[in-house]
Amino acid sequence: MIETYELTKRFGSFLAVDQITLTVEPGTIFAILGPNGAGKTTTVRMLTSILAPTSGWARVAGFDVVRNPTEVRARVGVLTEQHGLYQRMRAIEYLDFFAQLYHLPADLRHRRPLELMQHFGLADALDKRLGEYSKGMQQKLALARALLHDPAVLLLDEPTSAMDPQSARLVREAIRDLQRAERTIAITTHNLVEAQMLADRIAVIRRGRIIAHGTFDALAQRFIGPPLMELRAAHPLNGLADNLGGAVTVVDQGECWLRYHTANPAADNPALIRRLTGLGIEIVTLSEISRTLEDVYLQIVREDEGLERDDKSEP
Amino acid sequence: MTSLSRNASGRPALASAGRMLSNALIVTRREVRDSFRDWRIMGPIFLLTLVFPLLANGMTNLFIGFFEANGAEPLLPALLPLLPMIVGFFPVSISLVIALETFVGEKERLSLEPLLATPLTNTELYLGKSFAAMLPPLLASYIGIAIYMGGLVFGGTQWRPAPTLVIQILLLTSVQALVMVTGAVVISSQTTSTRAANLLASFIIIPMSMLVILESVIMIQPHRRFVLWFLAVGLLVTVALLVRMGARIFNREELLGRALDQLNLRWIGRTFADQYRGEPGKRSLVRWYRMSIAPAVRALGAPAAVTGICLVAAFASGWLAAGSWPLPLDQFEANDAHLLENLQSWFELGRNNPNLVLAAVSQNLRVLALATLLAVFSFGTLALILVMIPFAITGFILAQVAAAGLSPVPFFAGILPHGVVEIPAIVLAGAAALRLGSIITRPPDGMTAGEAWIRALADTVKIGVGVVLPLIVVAGILEVTLTPRIVEFVLAR
Repeated sequence: MIETYELTKRFGSFLAVDQITLTVEPGTIFAILGPNGAGKTTTVRMLTSILAPTSGWARVAGFDVVRNPTEVRARVGVLTEQHGLYQRMRAIEYLDFFAQLYHLPADLRHRRPLELMQHFGLADALDKRLGEYSKGMQQKLALARALLHDPAVLLLDEPTSAMDPQSARLVREAIRDLQRAERTIAITTHNLVEAQMLADRIAVIRRGRIIAHGTFDALAQRFIGPPLMELRAAHPLNGLADNLGGAVTVVDQGECWLRYHTANPAADNPALIRRLTGLGIEIVTLSEISRTLEDVYLQIVREDEGLERDDKSEP
Repeated sequence: MTSLSRNASGRPALASAGRMLSNALIVTRREVRDSFRDWRIMGPIFLLTLVFPLLANGMTNLFIGFFEANGAEPLLPALLPLLPMIVGFFPVSISLVIALETFVGEKERLSLEPLLATPLTNTELYLGKSFAAMLPPLLASYIGIAIYMGGLVFGGTQWRPAPTLVIQILLLTSVQALVMVTGAVVISSQTTSTRAANLLASFIIIPMSMLVILESVIMIQPHRRFVLWFLAVGLLVTVALLVRMGARIFNREELLGRALDQLNLRWIGRTFADQYRGEPGKRSLVRWYRMSIAPAVRALGAPAAVTGICLVAAFASGWLAAGSWPLPLDQFEANDAHLLENLQSWFELGRNNPNLVLAAVSQNLRVLALATLLAVFSFGTLALILVMIPFAITGFILAQVAAAGLSPVPFFAGILPHGVVEIPAIVLAGAAALRLGSIITRPPDGMTAGEAWIRALADTVKIGVGVVLPLIVVAGILEVTLTPRIVEFVLAR
């Protein structure tokens, strides 16, 4: 579990993280999104007890990041943005080195690296020097390093960047497995498709502050409005869209189609179908226009930029 | 396991230390293995360990032949110990390269963060990396010395070095390695690139090279080789200071918090300007002294106490030394009439040369400026030594005067009237210099060593301008105008 309360970090006069309060329950995948320099890495470093907060507090896996840094680090697996592998080492030596640092028992120290290498399809490259690894292989090895001590909390920075689609899927499945095993997982990423696929909850950070926080549906509802539906008919609608009354809000229309927002699709869609069918209109399809996290994210950032401009223009 | 004591968390302290060492050695083993795989490190170590000692050995034999051919054999016992030190120093100097590589190189390759995310403590990481930087070069150094000396001991020369000499060479070599590694840690934590670290490393390698030259000069004078023990102790004190400083600044926050190697001239300029500017609309000299100078002087409490104690100790040492080196005061024409005559001619000179005040002031300022400069390169210690010297001399002379049964009153009369003003100025300047030199060993919380040093420098300059300079000027005026008259009055009685 991760809990923070008004977590703040200053570097001199620069405010890198500004009063972040959040809770991530076990078995949850939490995505932290934000532009470059927003404070994501600094937040992760505080949660790993690498940087000390200037104010506020954070508890990770039940331990305070300031008072119990060693205990926190023993229970956290971190995939850093830069993998920072030792190029002259062999993969198996590398994992063994970290297994020693995490004090894995002797049998596990030998077994666990092999299992992870096998799982990520690196079993054939055990004795290769890391300088010879491709970017994707390095990424997978770094992830294996993060999972080596079976941590309760995982902090993953861009977990599938530089990976081919097959490897990326493998890693996503591994992350879902960990979620099912009740691990607490926080991901920082610019890959919004992946974040949408994996995350139960999302936080957007900008200028060190959380500017939006919630499930994808809640964020989409709040920032880009209710779901958008598209109805296609077999014949021209002949201006019918203007006579639908207040049932739905039509936002766009063509000769044989229309798009409308509805806050309550379960009630509004059947009502609309009944009405159009009663008017003799044959409905070909009725579907929801898919909304992406990218749309939501860009809207969130746009609104915050607007607020920032307003703040600056105020005397 | 037997425990000697228990620490605060209740764990046996011995077991805790053992665990710390065990964790540090995990890092050491990896780093050493990595060094052994790097031909850029192993190549020079191999050459300096195996090839250079053999070359040095051959050269020594040539010298021995030359000396014997020219009847200079008596010089050989003095000159033979020179090369083992050089043979030992070259491999040890590689420890600096490894240390920079292992600390800042890892930071530059971004491989440090995964390591910082492990349960290793800062101390374990510091120790593990320091051992790794030191052990291979030190081992190479010992092997090199053994090869070189083995050639002379078991070869045709049949040299039999005194055990004390061998211990001195090994001790100095080891301590030099320690200085370089601990110094490299400090440098590494202040930079983010090996390029910048290598440039800064000249602050270590140049003094160390000069030290080796000094050691060589001492080494060729067998009756003065005892001085090498003092040098070793001095180096150990330096190591202690560097370890203290390294332990303070080698932490996760400092290692990852620093983003760029850039000189922030604007911030430096602002820091200095803030010392003199004051709040807009409330600028006045009185306010500056009250709001800016007074807190800075108060902050010098501990260094001022140390400086004061050192000055008293210097005076006492001078006094005690007088017993060992008595002056022939019986041959000194010390009657008051003669002193008065000398003094009166001095007054005449002063009357005709008002620049004497300027001379007195500039002499004092030169010494204090030099002390401040030396403090920067010596953690403040050389500044203390410099300001202690006049006090030691005063103690020495006063003890001689007392031993000769002469009245000390004229002596005091010659010091105290201006000394009342000058001595506090010296204590303050010495304390500020001591703080300036030593603050980098323990910067205040939340400040880097560089920030703390710039702030200390700004304080030093402010106290120099606002307090020390006026006091020294007043003391100079008193020294030229008032002090001689009081002495004259005392002697005339």
